[in-house]
Amino acid sequence: MATTTNPTSQAPVAAPGGVAWRPWWIWIGLAGLALLPFVGGKTGLISNFAFLQLSLMIVYAIAVLGLNLLTGFNGQISLGHGAFFAVGAYTAAILIDQANWPFWATLPMAALACFVAGYLFGLPALRLEGHYLALATFALAVAVPQILKYRHFEPFTKGVQGINIFKADPPFALPLSSDQWMFLVVLAVAIVMFWAARNLLDSRIGRALRALRDQPLAADTMGVNSSHYKAVTFGISALYTGVAGALHAIIFEFVSPDSFRFELSIAILVGAVVGGIASLPGAVIGGVFVQAIEKYADALTKKISATVHLPLELQPWTIYGIALIILIYTMPTGVAGGLSTLRRRLKRP
Amino acid sequence: MEQLTQQIASGLANGAIYASLALALVMIFVSTDHINFAQGEMAMFSAYLCWQVMQWGLNFWIALPLVALGSFLAGVAIQRMILQPLHNAPVLSVVVVFIGLLTIFHSLAGGIWSFTIKEFPSPFPKVAFAGSGYLGSHQVGMILVTLLLLFGLYAFFRFTPLGLAMRAAAQNPGSARLVGVRVDWMLALGWGLAAVVGAVAGTMVAPVVYLEPNMMASILLYGFAGALVGGISSPGGAVAGGFIVGVLENLIAYFGNLLEKTSGIYVIGNGEKLSVALVIVIIVLTLKPDGLFGQVSIKRV
Repeated sequence: MATTTNPTSQAPVAAPGGVAWRPWWIWIGLAGLALLPFVGGKTGLISNFAFLQLSLMIVYAIAVLGLNLLTGFNGQISLGHGAFFAVGAYTAAILIDQANWPFWATLPMAALACFVAGYLFGLPALRLEGHYLALATFALAVAVPQILKYRHFEPFTKGVQGINIFKADPPFALPLSSDQWMFLVVLAVAIVMFWAARNLLDSRIGRALRALRDQPLAADTMGVNSSHYKAVTFGISALYTGVAGALHAIIFEFVSPDSFRFELSIAILVGAVVGGIASLPGAVIGGVFVQAIEKYADALTKKISATVHLPLELQPWTIYGIALIILIYTMPTGVAGGLSTLRRRLKRP
Repeated sequence: MEQLTQQIASGLANGAIYASLALALVMIFVSTDHINFAQGEMAMFSAYLCWQVMQWGLNFWIALPLVALGSFLAGVAIQRMILQPLHNAPVLSVVVVFIGLLTIFHSLAGGIWSFTIKEFPSPFPKVAFAGSGYLGSHQVGMILVTLLLLFGLYAFFRFTPLGLAMRAAAQNPGSARLVGVRVDWMLALGWGLAAVVGAVAGTMVAPVVYLEPNMMASILLYGFAGALVGGISSPGGAVAGGFIVGVLENLIAYFGNLLEKTSGIYVIGNGEKLSVALVIVIIVLTLKPDGLFGQVSIKRV
């Protein structure tokens, strides 16, 4: 197992996916973000609504990171991560609504539930590769709203009506609105999860994952327990996306089966592909992209339709699809990959 | 018992649709090893086109060939322009492109024709005939058209030089190229034919589920299930699989209802259709990924 990569020759090079970190400016940026509620909120420069948007971007970044771990670093394709997002969201919402749990306590439970769900789904998925796995997860994504509406779950899920929950007020009489407080919570959770992901990927587990992606047979021969690692990766990936789902439910204060349609799984996939499928910074870019598109694509498409005088009403999803296909041709490693290629070219004399 | 027969009969009718969609999926899979996630939306788009042509005053049986021709050209164009350059790309790129196509067709249909439900008239005359207690005339028409399509395709692949060339290109591209088959164009033709099969399936199912951009989601899932049950590498198997899945779907709903009526325990009903398809897909993929009639795929080290 330890021989999957040769440490002496591989160590100085950044892992594929650019886990090359410049800690100081990342920490400065994060500190700036954390100060935002205290600065922007007090002066009224940044509205509560803007904080909600920022929180949602971070939430999607965590969800995309989950898919990145699975697809980018382990090579298993999932078109159904909306399902795990839904499991996380419903776990949090049900615990808050029915058991009156504080919101922070639901996060570990959502993580646990999603890890188990992902692991169990990953077990049969072990036998599937490439297109077949995409197919199975596609079926999962399409079936999710129906499963959530299942009659025997209704006492917990409240069927099509969904569950309303209420946002927590900031503790210790902090001078913050609840949107600002939740922004800080989401940011803290995201920092912990990205840090954990980076350490995971730099460990021997991370090397095993990449070995299984690049050379499954060779990795197997070297003694990497492929079925164990693949199922666990599925579980961890689901855990990340599930925590994102729980956070989404908490800051959005509402879950219903139709929030978790196939489009959600697509959006997570699009975020991963746009940002860069095997890259941690790419997950952040992807999360920002997903939320920005959801927010502004409507206005953008209306503007485009008006300026080009299209005879039909252009839908945001048309642009999504076209962007996706163009990106696969021009920047197959996503924006993060494209940027690092650019940097390398500029550095070269 | 009467009801059971009825359920099986209408399951066969649904199965005809699943079978034709499964057939379209298999045609693309056999020649390019890709699973076309956009197949359902392509079929939906063709159905809308057909509806539009009929709105302009043409008869269905004139509109269908026109739309089939258009779908054929569109299918060829998609393969040549979008997928051909990706023939060496990793699986993920191809899947993402299919998802892109899916969203484009879906949202275009919504943008052009709006998301409101439209009625699509059945092209078949209402005739009473033997056994009409079990099946409506549209359902019988659906089954007949599917079988006709199947035999047409079989004859095409079995008895024409072009069909032979396409089979050669799919089975052994290298050798086919050496004997002068233009493999790239054969793959594009395969895509075109799949688009035609999808168009027929779309127009046949539209009178049943009504016309709307979401109409194909569950049907595509059952098409996948059918293709997998029969074996995604075998056209005949996919058709059989489609019929099997159609009947199975109705039987499960029937026995679910029966159980609820007799014992009062609700286990499964019409609301769980997609979950049933999901379970079928996963069971087949894990237990017998090559399906009932498919060739066992062998991986060489």
